[in-house]
Amino acid sequence: MIQKAMDRNEPDTLVIRASKGWAALNLRDLWKYRELLYFLVWRDVKVRYKQAILGILWAVLVPVVNIVVFSFVFGILFHQNQTVPNYPLLAATGQLPWGLFAGALGRCSLSLVGSSNLITKVYFPRLAIPIASVLSGLVDFGIAFLIVMGFMVYYHTPLTWNLLWLIPLTLMVLLTSLAVGLWLAALNVRYRDVQHIVPFLIQIWMYASPVAYSTSLVMGKTRLIYGLNPMAGVIQGFRWALINGDPPGELFIISIVMVLILLISGLFYFRRMERTFADMI
Amino acid sequence: MPLAIHVEALGKRYRIGLAPQRYQTLGENITRFFSAPLRTIRSGRAPVLDGVDTIWALRDISFTVKEGEVLGIIGRNGAGKSTLLRLLSRITEPTEGTLTIRGRVGSLLEVGTGFHPELTGRENIFLNGAILGMKRREIERKFDEIVAFSEVEQFIDTPVKRYSSGMYLRLAFAVAAHLEPEILVVDEVLAVGDAEFQRKCLGKMGDVAQQGRTVLFVSHNMSAILRLTQETIVIDKGKLVLRASSSEAVDYYLSAGHAKAGERFWDLDEVPSSAAPFRPIALRLRDSRGQVVDTIRSTEPCTIEMEYSLGAPLTGLRVGFYLNTTRGEAVFTSFDTDDPALFERHTSRVAGHYFSKCCIPPDTLNQGRYSLGVNASSYRIRRYFEDEQALDFNVDVAGAPGMQWPEPRQGVVRPRLEWKIEVAS
Repeated sequence: MIQKAMDRNEPDTLVIRASKGWAALNLRDLWKYRELLYFLVWRDVKVRYKQAILGILWAVLVPVVNIVVFSFVFGILFHQNQTVPNYPLLAATGQLPWGLFAGALGRCSLSLVGSSNLITKVYFPRLAIPIASVLSGLVDFGIAFLIVMGFMVYYHTPLTWNLLWLIPLTLMVLLTSLAVGLWLAALNVRYRDVQHIVPFLIQIWMYASPVAYSTSLVMGKTRLIYGLNPMAGVIQGFRWALINGDPPGELFIISIVMVLILLISGLFYFRRMERTFADMI
Repeated sequence: MPLAIHVEALGKRYRIGLAPQRYQTLGENITRFFSAPLRTIRSGRAPVLDGVDTIWALRDISFTVKEGEVLGIIGRNGAGKSTLLRLLSRITEPTEGTLTIRGRVGSLLEVGTGFHPELTGRENIFLNGAILGMKRREIERKFDEIVAFSEVEQFIDTPVKRYSSGMYLRLAFAVAAHLEPEILVVDEVLAVGDAEFQRKCLGKMGDVAQQGRTVLFVSHNMSAILRLTQETIVIDKGKLVLRASSSEAVDYYLSAGHAKAGERFWDLDEVPSSAAPFRPIALRLRDSRGQVVDTIRSTEPCTIEMEYSLGAPLTGLRVGFYLNTTRGEAVFTSFDTDDPALFERHTSRVAGHYFSKCCIPPDTLNQGRYSLGVNASSYRIRRYFEDEQALDFNVDVAGAPGMQWPEPRQGVVRPRLEWKIEVAS
């Protein structure tokens, strides 16, 4: 008994030496620092709308304005209204996951460089930074979700049990932004070019995703290639769960595979670069 | 006693182009990638050639620290102290060698790491605590204590951007001081704040040391080193040159010319043409052994030396010094012809090469950082040359009167006064 108690008090021994090649992911260490992760998310959320006159209202305005603009440009100018019933609902259900994705990806890519004061002064698993920046988008997402619910009530859309699919679908959005964000964040430490590329990337990606249009516009063989964009499957999934569009089907499986490939490679690349962050940032 | 830290043949190499604040552009590396594709792929980065564009910030460092020991680390700027601390706190990885650490490490390389200006004092305590590795419950438990120590109770719900720098520092240090790791790594956090605050920090550090925790303490403040540590290692040019009892190590550091600088040269283009025929050459500070130093000991005499040349004979010239603290308080002004006898003898000086030297007697200056200014003029006729902040130096009070009490003393002078204690009959 006594022996056991003493063992528990025995401090951990840590051996540090130069590591070569690919490092293990060491997710256990990240788990130990889960409280820090929580505080980083909390800080991001708290600070985001400080010293803004409209404050948290921005979280309402941004999606609403986006939906209105889409409804005008695509719905009216490009006559989507005639082929799609309730076009604003389509725009809203596209904007919901896209807003989460674009925000998370943008923040995640810049997160490491933006936290250089932490990275050069204190040790913690660096993965906490990009993960926190992705998770902090969930509050805005929650608000946007309520807005979409409002649209649905307005258009008398029936709610179905399919809504529960939003949970894994949202997780998928987070993982997709994290997967790409990890790559970009780590690359940005070494090449600051990345921060100039990110806004373009997000913009192009938006047009390559069915945010303002329906996936039914994409036909035939292009559809498979289209599935390589994980957000295509995810957005279609959101629409299906919310307003009963086509189920995502085979498109979604390709998306999942893509995300896993990007995420796992991103994690390993990140861990590999991690050891030089403090020296290069 | 078991070992808390075991460092073996530790080395850290930096690529010069990879030093902090510099980064490559993608274009550069794309070019490099195509010019040496295989090597780049294999190493994951551009090839590094030993010795060509790299420097060893630290090499071949081996030492051990026993559990509960308080070890000082001294060395001049750029010697590699900070690199060592960064390695010990796992911020960066060693290039070679091993570091074995038993226990949780808390590192204080700066106070207020991760403080967010928009957040309130209360919020920052939690954020900063978490960043320093404290658990949420631990912070909640110590919250009141932290606030009391920081003395900012009434502003605790104000964003810290509205704090004065003093309040900010106090709050930041308060959080850090309540960190309870098994091993504490501290870098010169005490170099900031007013005397009162520094005293408080030193007191807290002393408490930590007495609780039997292992502490590594880097400082330029020799008195703090002597007060808080039993043993000290001296690092110079990335090598460990001495490990000894702190008093021995401090003596070695202060006397072996490791505290270089202490010298100011004037290049020709730095001297305004209006100074002619006076031409300043150098200002030096020498310790009692005649070595040029930037840290002098309060208890030993030192010499201030001005080297200059005259291109033509001058009448009524006086060359002198202003001594100020770096905070701008004047300490004294003195000229080489202040003494009437010398004034008579050197009414005029012929063209040539001169040294004007004066000696500051022992037990004059108190601990702190001082600034020397130079003035060469003829009273009421012309000022030839003036440089109000020509040379900064430190005064260390090791061995000065009253050092048995670990408290900074107010004032710029630290005289050894003769006291008598008389019992009234």
